[in-house]
Amino acid sequence: MIKKLALSALMALTLGSAPALAAGGEPHITDYAFSFEGPFGSYDQAQLQRGLQVYTEVCSACHGLELVAFRTLTAETGLGLDDATMRGFAASMEVPDGDGGWRAAGGPDHFPGSMDENAPDLSLMAKARAGFHGPYGLGINQLMRGMGGAEYIASFLTGFTGVEVEEGGAFLYENAAFGGNVSMAPQLFDDMIEYADGTQATEEQMAVDVAAFLMWAAEPKQTERKMWGFIGVIFLTLLASLLYLTNKRLWAPIKAEAKRS
Amino acid sequence: MSGIPHDHYEPKTGIEKWLDRRLPIVGLIYGTLMIPTPKNLNWWWIWGIVLAFCLVLQIVTGIVLVMHFTPHADMAFNSVEHIMRNVNGGYMLRYLHMNGASLFFFAVYIHIFRGLYYGSYKAPREVTWIIGMLIYLLMMATGFMGYVLPWGQMSFWGATVITGLFGAIPGIGEPIQTWLLGGPAVGNATLNRFFSLHYLLPFVIAALVILHVWAFHTTGNNNPTGVEVRRGSKEEAEKDTLPFWPYFVIKDLFALVVVLAVFWAIVGFMPNFLGHPDNYIMADPLVTPAHIVPEWYFLPFYAILRAFTADVWVVIAANWLSFGIIDAKFFGVLAMFGAIAVMALTPWLDTSAVRSGANRPMFKSFFWLLVVDFVVLMWAGAMPAEPPYSTISLIGSAYWFAYFLVILPLLGVLERPKAPPATIEADFKATVKAKAAKGKVAAEQIPAE
Repeated sequence: MIKKLALSALMALTLGSAPALAAGGEPHITDYAFSFEGPFGSYDQAQLQRGLQVYTEVCSACHGLELVAFRTLTAETGLGLDDATMRGFAASMEVPDGDGGWRAAGGPDHFPGSMDENAPDLSLMAKARAGFHGPYGLGINQLMRGMGGAEYIASFLTGFTGVEVEEGGAFLYENAAFGGNVSMAPQLFDDMIEYADGTQATEEQMAVDVAAFLMWAAEPKQTERKMWGFIGVIFLTLLASLLYLTNKRLWAPIKAEAKRS
Repeated sequence: MSGIPHDHYEPKTGIEKWLDRRLPIVGLIYGTLMIPTPKNLNWWWIWGIVLAFCLVLQIVTGIVLVMHFTPHADMAFNSVEHIMRNVNGGYMLRYLHMNGASLFFFAVYIHIFRGLYYGSYKAPREVTWIIGMLIYLLMMATGFMGYVLPWGQMSFWGATVITGLFGAIPGIGEPIQTWLLGGPAVGNATLNRFFSLHYLLPFVIAALVILHVWAFHTTGNNNPTGVEVRRGSKEEAEKDTLPFWPYFVIKDLFALVVVLAVFWAIVGFMPNFLGHPDNYIMADPLVTPAHIVPEWYFLPFYAILRAFTADVWVVIAANWLSFGIIDAKFFGVLAMFGAIAVMALTPWLDTSAVRSGANRPMFKSFFWLLVVDFVVLMWAGAMPAEPPYSTISLIGSAYWFAYFLVILPLLGVLERPKAPPATIEADFKATVKAKAAKGKVAAEQIPAE
């Protein structure tokens, strides 16, 4: 598994080093609006569930999600599947049984790893691709617009220009979000899947949904973290106000005396 | 402890007397907490308490993180993700520890620049300054080794680049590098020794912090005027000072909580902003990232390291004069460590008889230029090593050395400093009155309803 993960990372990076091959332009990332942006944003359950469907029906043919356990699909702040649905979903997947065979997965098991050794594991992809920092590397895009890995993934999936080049017997595909050629072919086409909730499965809709799902996969405790962040800031602000008043009162006689003399 | 006359602890009850004869620890704590502190300390003096808090925060969160972390090249990366996903509150612990390092360095830089501005390094506080510099060096070592532990791509390649610096030492460099790494390249042995040292060094820092505090409790605090507390009698000293408890404890706590509110917001809402995304990819010895960038707090010195390329004339001259022993790489390493060394030697490089920068008109401009220089170097360190960034780094590095080696020694001779206030008491009164007057003017300007 570790070897596989290392290989995945390797491929992620070889993909990353591909632009030298092509005279690609500047990477273009679209600033999609996600429900989990900002200090109070949280994941949209329906969107994550649609994203899981895209992941299962499209991405998982090649990619893995090894760090994510099926049991976490029931998290209220995430997909919020009920226990039976989660178990049913897990049972549709196979994992190694430890004796060289395969068995149906259960709640505590993790998603399978990548099927294709050229396809990186996607568990942390949304965090590993958050690195576009805006002008002069100042972090403006991340700070002001909340742009991160989810924007990158959605832009990447919709960013294929249709240009193909052959390079040493393999095809490479030009991608505007990447700013060069990549070895992954375009994967999302309008209405290729039928969403369980009836949403129209356009290319962009699927890209944004799966990007949101992968953000959840990379940072499943994001909502909890923001909640603690908010509670902490409120508490510390209150404490600071009390200490400010205490300090003012403590120094008042000292300052009054200094003013008198 | 301090040389400033003040009240000492007197054991009153039987048990206090009993303990005091055997272990005068209550007296020690009393003396430390009640140290006479100059009344006129401004808000730049609060970062010491922030730093003390950071050390405790890092040790406490670190100890708990270690309970769930696996220091093995095959498992470290996933064990960090285990902490993030499965350990109760693990994501907060990890993000607090990760961003705690940033707060630590942010605070230490303000603390150091405060010392540089107000001349806190000058006699008789040189030992406090030198111990502070040692703490800073240990912080850098600890921070660097801690960054390696999650075993991401930047962990691995950062470790490769930084240990490579030691490899640049002519002759003995490579054996030293191998010894540091525990093998020919960064691997499991490196991870384990870094883990061991990352756990050890904070306690060494804690010991040095005690010496740091002891040293300035012996000399007394510096203050914005640079004027010493009058020590003729207890009454005289009390006009210049107030006991640390409660006056400065409460003031510092207030400031600490304000800083923590901002820190907490960063941890809660944007915990990965200061980190590098590549560290969410597991370390891979076969794939070098396009740009290897250290953590932000190393960037100014990283810029100095990279500034001195083989085409810079000082490097060519050094190479020629040393018969080729000093090449560009080694020169860069010397420059980087030299940049910290000149800072440590400031007490002897600054020739001015006046302590505080507040009384030195020319010094002020050069000092603020140094602060700007530091920020520019930090930015240049994050940029690729190519023009125009390499030129900016070189100019920035040149000013850094010029400030300590040329400007500080010369200013003492060339500058006509202002006369400092006669006493701390006078300065305190003047400041309080000026503020009150300002408040009055402001109040009068608000039209009555």
